Parts: sequence; structure tokens; C-alpha cells
Amino acid sequence: MSILEISQLSLSFGGVHALQDVSFQVPRDTITTVIGPNGAGKTSLFNCISGFYKPQEGEIRYQGQPLKGVKPPKRAAMGLARTFQNIALFRGMTVLDNIKLGAHVHMKTGLLSSLAYFGRARREEMEIREEVERRIIDFLEIDHIRRHPVASLPYGLQKRVELARALAMRPKVLMLDEPVAGMNREEKEDMARFILDIREEWDITVLMVEHDMGMVMDISDHIAVLNFGQVIAEGEPEDVQQNPEVIKAYLGNSDIDSLRKRLNPDREAA
Amino acid sequence: MRIGDAKQTYLADEAIWTSNTQKIWFALLLAALLAFPFMASSYLLYLGCLVGIAVISATGLNILTGYTGLISLGQAGFMGVGAYTVAWLSNNTALPFPVTLLAAGLLAAAVGILVGLPSLRVKGLYLAIATLAASVFLHFIFAEWEPVTGGMEGQSLQPAHLLGLEFRSDFAMYFIILPLAVLALLAAKNLFRTRVGRAFIAIRDRDISAEILGIPLLKYKLMSFALSSFYAGVAGGLFAYFYRVVTPESFPLSMSIFYLAAVIVGGMGNLLGGILGAAFMTLVPEALKLLTAVMTPIWPNAPVFMSPMLEIIFGALIVGFLIFEPHGLAEIWRRIRRFFHLWPFRS
Repeated sequence: MSILEISQLSLSFGGVHALQDVSFQVPRDTITTVIGPNGAGKTSLFNCISGFYKPQEGEIRYQGQPLKGVKPPKRAAMGLARTFQNIALFRGMTVLDNIKLGAHVHMKTGLLSSLAYFGRARREEMEIREEVERRIIDFLEIDHIRRHPVASLPYGLQKRVELARALAMRPKVLMLDEPVAGMNREEKEDMARFILDIREEWDITVLMVEHDMGMVMDISDHIAVLNFGQVIAEGEPEDVQQNPEVIKAYLGNSDIDSLRKRLNPDREAA
Repeated sequence: MRIGDAKQTYLADEAIWTSNTQKIWFALLLAALLAFPFMASSYLLYLGCLVGIAVISATGLNILTGYTGLISLGQAGFMGVGAYTVAWLSNNTALPFPVTLLAAGLLAAAVGILVGLPSLRVKGLYLAIATLAASVFLHFIFAEWEPVTGGMEGQSLQPAHLLGLEFRSDFAMYFIILPLAVLALLAAKNLFRTRVGRAFIAIRDRDISAEILGIPLLKYKLMSFALSSFYAGVAGGLFAYFYRVVTPESFPLSMSIFYLAAVIVGGMGNLLGGILGAAFMTLVPEALKLLTAVMTPIWPNAPVFMSPMLEIIFGALIVGFLIFEPHGLAEIWRRIRRFFHLWPFRS
């Protein structure tokens, strides 16, 4: 059963076709990864699912419900959470406040109660603090930085805080846009472990865009390959790896041997 | 050196004052503020009241511009709405000041929501211009709607009253202004440790991702406008009670710029910044005048040379603070605190 079904989605900006007739499924409780060369339309696809872009054609169904016309904040409340390619943390807030902000849609405190910090405001703040501390800060091992302003953190930790904020949204589908880009090996391994744990223990479906093929092939259950706005392959990691269309998209030529020869003529001669 | 502030509960950890030292200092400050009118000269008392009113309005603008990132040049207009509301109510009804000030805040908030409507589409300088248009429009209404506002001549009003007490003097007004200023700051402090305040800051820092995280932008931007102009309305109402006369010229465009400058010089997105900025902008021109008076015995020509220089010196001070302390006066205070947190082990 698929939690997210994308069918015949098309998105264009003027004459540029960012997505053309894209269809694929995200099976429930899997780690599904979208790969493809730069400019293939991966982030555009994420933006369509978030509701930030409005596709001209096709539809996205989430738990069987079409998402057309649903505003981004409503989608967040329905359980679609995401992180961003170029870290979109709120730089003026501490780590703790950033994570708490993720729980915004699950709180009801209004303006007056907030101003008085009495009744619901105080109760909800305490509940959310406890949940964030127990489930998220502890799990992602970021308790030592909870009071730090996010702007002062190294890149790898910022990515982790962004994941924490997305988890505070209590998502059913977690969309991660390049979660390990720019990380060193140790940070990548940590992140891969967190993603696997999230799927196993939190009962969350993960939809990910990533360029690091080692990690993609290791942890994905299901892969969709985009190129020039079209899905050129879909399936399990092994199938996708063997697919000649995919190899062609990445290397520009299906004949790897001849490619190697052209790149290294000297070594071949020796 | 700061020690012994480990906490057992999250409630204690998220309190406004987390250590006894802080509580004692705050109590001392409050006591000093309460004792102030009994010792101060009438001139200082007058300035104290002005600073109090400016703190309320600057805090309101800080919520909108400093915390939500929406630049507004309408603050003087919103204060005018509050002032005229109080003036009209005091002349046409017998309502006590808590009711009239509340009405002033609410009406200003309603106007603020209307003025804030373009903020969904425009931001930055464009929003500043949109709010500028609104303030020109409000000024026009103050001047032309004679039956209610009294036209260009404005109107004088009855002193504030409550339970048979009349608040005529600056001394009496001080005891209305001070509690309201403290209340306004406490409410703002509470706001920014809860959900709504976080949403404001999120909109300032990254509005697109705030929306994708589940914050409806228009609702929260309008909420910020409403709250900010509520503060302005109350401050305007106090202004009316304080001077007991309101004219369209009481709230010129330069007043909006005065508050924007107060927030920027004090420190945007920092409540202390609003306080320090309001005090700076109100007191420095007075201090410069005082300086002239002190210099006159030594240098008889001082008034002749200094009076045209005052504005220039004031402007230069603002520019100087912007260059050398871009995070505002509040940052200086933060550095002093940090020094004493580590002192005497490290300085």
C-alpha cells in the first residue's frame, strides 16, 4: 500500500519543463529515494509535494486523498514534513526553539494565552518541551547544543537540528532533501543510522533526495530515477544499479569500457 | 560568576528569571522605579513619563519590525488612532481610563490589521511604503474629520480618572504609565517563549520554510500587526492623557521614524533593545540641551553654537551606534553581563 502516489505530474516554468508526466509510488514504511543528475527536477518534485509549487497537471495523493488545493500549512498538519537542501533553520532562534517550532501545528495556544503565559500556553509549552527532550533531542544526540543559537553550529549539526525540527512535526512522511550533502564520512554514517532508526522505530515513511550513491544503495528500499524531469527507472536498488538507462543518464554513455578508454588513454596504452 | 542554577523541572528552566540574583536585581530595579517620582525634579519626572510611553510604543514596533521582520512607518498613525479614541471617549463619555485605553488599543489594532493586509504580498521597503501611505491617510482623517477629531485645531481632553480619582499631574500619570510599561514588557516576554512568538520569529528568518512547517503567513503577520498597533494605541492613549491635548501635528511622520530608529539603535528582536532605544532617543536630545546649559558659564557663546549643532550631534550619535554596535545598545549590555558571568575567573 502506497502512502504517497504521484501520477502524471507535470510542472513547467514558462518554456522550461521541470517535471514531465512523472509517476511513481512511495510504499508505506519504506525509505524511498529519488536520484538523478543535477537539474533533473528532484527538488521541484519535493516542492510540489510540500505545496510550494502548483503543478499544471497530474495529481499527488496522500493516504488516498488528493492534495490539490491543500495549502502548505495544512499539508504540514496532515503529516508531511520536510528538510531543505540548503538548510532552512531559523537563525535567530536557539536549537531548542527551532525544534519546538516544528510542533507548531500540534499546538493550539492563541495570542492572549501566549501573552499571559497562563493556562493552555504554559501547559502546552511544558508538554512540548518534554516531548522534544525525551523523544527527539535524546534520540539525535544533540542535548549538548540545545541552548546554542543555530547560526553558530557546524554544518553537520545544523543538518541534524533540521531533522529534529522535522521530527517534531510528528510526520507520517518525512521528506529529506539531500540529508548528507557536504558531510564527512562519520557524519554521514550517523545520519544514515538516524534515518534507518526513524523508519524502524517511529513508523515513519522516508522520502529522500540524495546524491551520495553509497548511502542511497545501502539504505533505500525503493528508488526512483529522474532525468530531465522524467522518471527513467524505478525499483529496488539492485535493479536500478543495473539499468542501462540510469547508467547512461549518469555517465552520458552506456558503454563504460569505451568511456574509460577515452578518459585514460595513457594507462590503456601501457 | 554564575553558579548553582541547575534546574529540576522544565517549568523552572523556562522561567523568565532563572536565578535568585536576577530576581533580586529586578526587584531592586522595580523599587528604584517606584521611588523615582518621589525624588525626581518635575523636569525629570516629565522625561520619565515620556520614556515610559516611548517604551510601550517601541516595544510594539519591535514585535512587528524586530521580531516579525515587517518594516512599518505607520507607528505614529496607530498612536494617533489611540490618542483620538481616548480624547473622544473622555469628552463624550464618563468611562475610566482602563476602559478608554483598552478601547484605544483595540481600535488601533483593528486599523493595524487593515494596514497589514498588503504584507502578505509585499515586504521590506515596499511594505514600508505601503504603511507610509496608510499613515498619510490616517493623518488626513485626523485633520479633516472635524466632528470627531476637532480638525486641525485638535481637541483638549479631561484628565484620566478611575474610581473618583483624577490623574492630573505628571506625578499621578507616572503611576499609570509605569505599570502599563511593565505589563507590556512582561506580556511581550511571555509571547516570545511560546508558540505564537516563535512563529513570528520564524516568519522573520525564513518565511517560505515557516509556511511549509505549518505557519499560515497571513494570519500570523496580521496578528503581529494587530499586537504591535495595540501597543501603539495604548501608548497613544497615554500620550493624550499626558498632554491633555491632541492635534494632527502630535503624530507626524517623523515620529514613526523616531520609533523605527529607537528599535534599530536599541537592538532589533530584543526587548531590552526597545527599552534602551526608547530611552536613548528620548533622553539624548535632552542631555545635549543640558550639556549646553552646563557649558554656558564657561563658554558664553555655547547656546549660539550648540543649538544648531544639537540635531547634527544627535544624528552622528545614531550613525556611530549603527556602525560600531550594529546589534544595538542591548548588545553592550549583553557583553557586560557575560563579563560578570565569568568574572573573576576570566575577564
